[in-house]
This record gives sequence, structure tokens and C-alpha cells, in this order.
Amino acid sequence: MAKGVKPRVKVPKSASAGEAITIKTLISHKMESGQRKDDDGNVIPRSIINRFTCDFNGENVIDVTLEPAISTNPYFQFDATVPEAGDFKFTWYDDDGSVYEETKSIAVG
Amino acid sequence: MNKLKLLTSAMAFSAAAGLSGGAFADPDEDQLTINGEIEIVTETAAPEHLEYVDTIYSGWRFRSDETQAVQMDDFDNPGMIFVEAAMETWDTVEGTEGKSCASCHNDVETMAGVRAVYPKYVEAAGEVRTLEHQINGCREERMGAEPYKYTSGDMVAMVGLISMVSRGLPVNVQIDGPAQSTWEKGKEIYYTRYGQLELSCANCHEDNYGNMIRADHLSQGQINGFPTYRLKNTKLNSVHARFKGCVRDTMAHTFKPGGPEFTALELYVASRGNGLSVEGPSVRN
Repeated sequence: MAKGVKPRVKVPKSASAGEAITIKTLISHKMESGQRKDDDGNVIPRSIINRFTCDFNGENVIDVTLEPAISTNPYFQFDATVPEAGDFKFTWYDDDGSVYEETKSIAVG
Repeated sequence: MNKLKLLTSAMAFSAAAGLSGGAFADPDEDQLTINGEIEIVTETAAPEHLEYVDTIYSGWRFRSDETQAVQMDDFDNPGMIFVEAAMETWDTVEGTEGKSCASCHNDVETMAGVRAVYPKYVEAAGEVRTLEHQINGCREERMGAEPYKYTSGDMVAMVGLISMVSRGLPVNVQIDGPAQSTWEKGKEIYYTRYGQLELSCANCHEDNYGNMIRADHLSQGQINGFPTYRLKNTKLNSVHARFKGCVRDTMAHTFKPGGPEFTALELYVASRGNGLSVEGPSVRN
């Protein structure tokens, strides 16, 4: 079980219809690659976020597969077009089965 | 365009100073504003006690545009992850007295200005103490809690939190009065050559700032930005841990983090940055 995992997201509070906005996301996570060994020579088991998705009103915006080479505290920044007011839903999937979710609403006008 | 201007001014400088090149990589001309609202002074006239430097620069000015950008927005600044953790610690009750930091100090915003004046002479202790010493003093004497290890993650995160609420305020450590003897000791350490490479702090950070030491762009070694999130080790780094790294690189036995030598050196180095803004937690490479 990964400790100290906390998702955070930055989405503008409002946009004009059809505008492309910049979304920033970051999740604190150690992203242990599974390639390292501890002081006794035992392999430290892999523990990473393996998938990240963003949906807007149920429609997928981005779906990312993460691999062990991605470093600690993975950060994503991407643009999304906002056709209407609604909710952005962000989901991170952990190797240990945990799912972390965050939702941000955006107004149009 | 910016680069061209920089190049021209750098060449003018080397011509005036009669140097044979090498001044190519002087501090850049960028301005630092964090979150679009906190203005940071990254260049100002050197404090009077500095004999060989006219202008002091924050280390931020020596970093690449990409690294600089990471510090300009708190969301992008990975050091804030640690500060957020410290914010939870601030309200967490620990120790035998049933107190948290907040029990005495209330909101962390009340600590604004504290980072700017440390290290300072503490009357009750009868010596110059760093912010880390004070945090452990609180933990042991008021909370009845275990002290943090001097350069541990918990400690540096707490220092980061206390620094954050002072961002934008000018560093202003006291160097006279009861602090003077410690300050002079720190100055002596700063100018003493250590290690097999026989390097003093001044050899790199006073004589050669702006130049490259192999792949590294030497800054003035200012500590107004500490604790510093370093891209190379993906964590917040404390002043004494950085001192230790520097002294080790001269191939010397280092002083002990939290010990009297590094405390004196921290006071002296902080005083070389009197006038720059508190920047911590900053981002460097």
C-alpha cells in the first residue's frame, strides 16, 4: 500500500464555450519501479500509478498508461476544449488496486 | 532576443573587467513573481559588510528558464507536496504535553517574517540558533515530543512551511551585538580552504559565480531560497545538508549538520543575502 498519496488538480473555474483550457494534475506517489534492491539485496516490489484518465461529463478526454520509468509524483498538463458547463473527473489507478478520484466543476460564461 | 541582450551585456562586462571570457553565463535578466502575485527580489545591492561583491543575486537567476518556470507557480513547485504534509503536521498533536504547533502558534501565517531573521541569537539559549534548532526546541520543551533529526524529511518540510509564509520578505539576519562572534566564526569558515581540493566557499561562490564548474553553473551560493527542492534528488534539501554536500565535494571531512560550525556558517551566508527575498521552498537543479 503506497503511503502519502494525494491527488491534486488545477482547473479554471470558468471558461467560454468552445475554449481550450489548460489542466494541470499532480499526484504525490513514490512510483517505486520494481527495479531497485534494498540494503539486503531483496527486490523492492513495484508500486506505481499505472493509469490516469480524465473524463468530461462522461466523455473521455485523456487516458494514459504509465510505465515504471516515470518518476516520482507524476505530473500531467494538457489542454481540453470545454463545449458546455460540467464536471471534469480525474482518476488514478494504483498497482495496489487503490483508485484515487478528484472532480472539478467548470462554469461556462 | 533576451539571449542576445544577455550576451552583449556579458561581453561588455568581461571587457570592462579585463577578463578573458568565461563571463558568458552570468545571471540572466529574468524577474521572479510567484503565482502572479508574490514579487521576489532576486537582485539587489550587496550588504555593506561584503567587500568583494557589489550585487547579490538569488540562485534562481542562474538556473535555466525551464527550472525557473517550475518555481513560478505553487502548483508546479514539487516542494509544495512536502509543505502540504508539514501543514498537516502543524495541526497534529504530538508528545506528552498534548500540544501541536498550532496550540501555541495558531495559524502558520503568524510565523510570517520568522524565516527572514534566522539564524539569530536566542537570549534564552545564550547562543545563535537556526530555525531547525528552534523547531526541535519547541518539540522537546513545549510538546514533550521526540526531536526531528536535523536534516530529516519531517524537519525540512516544517522549515519549508515556515519559509513559505515569509516569501517576498527581505532576508535580514542580525550580524552585530550578541551574534557578532558567531558571525565572525562563520566568515572565517567561509574563507578557509578545506579538503584535498583546497577550496573555500569563496573560491567558487565569490570568485567564480556565473562560471561553469564542469557542467554546473555556479551561483553566489545564496541561501534565501532554502529549503530547496532539487530536481536531482526529488526532495526538499536543508541548508546544512547542502553545506555538507559542498564541503564533501572538496574532498574534506565535513562538519556535522546542526553543529556549531555550520550554524555559524549559515548565519554568515544568510547575511551575505540580506536584502534578497525569502524564496523557500525554491526549485533548483
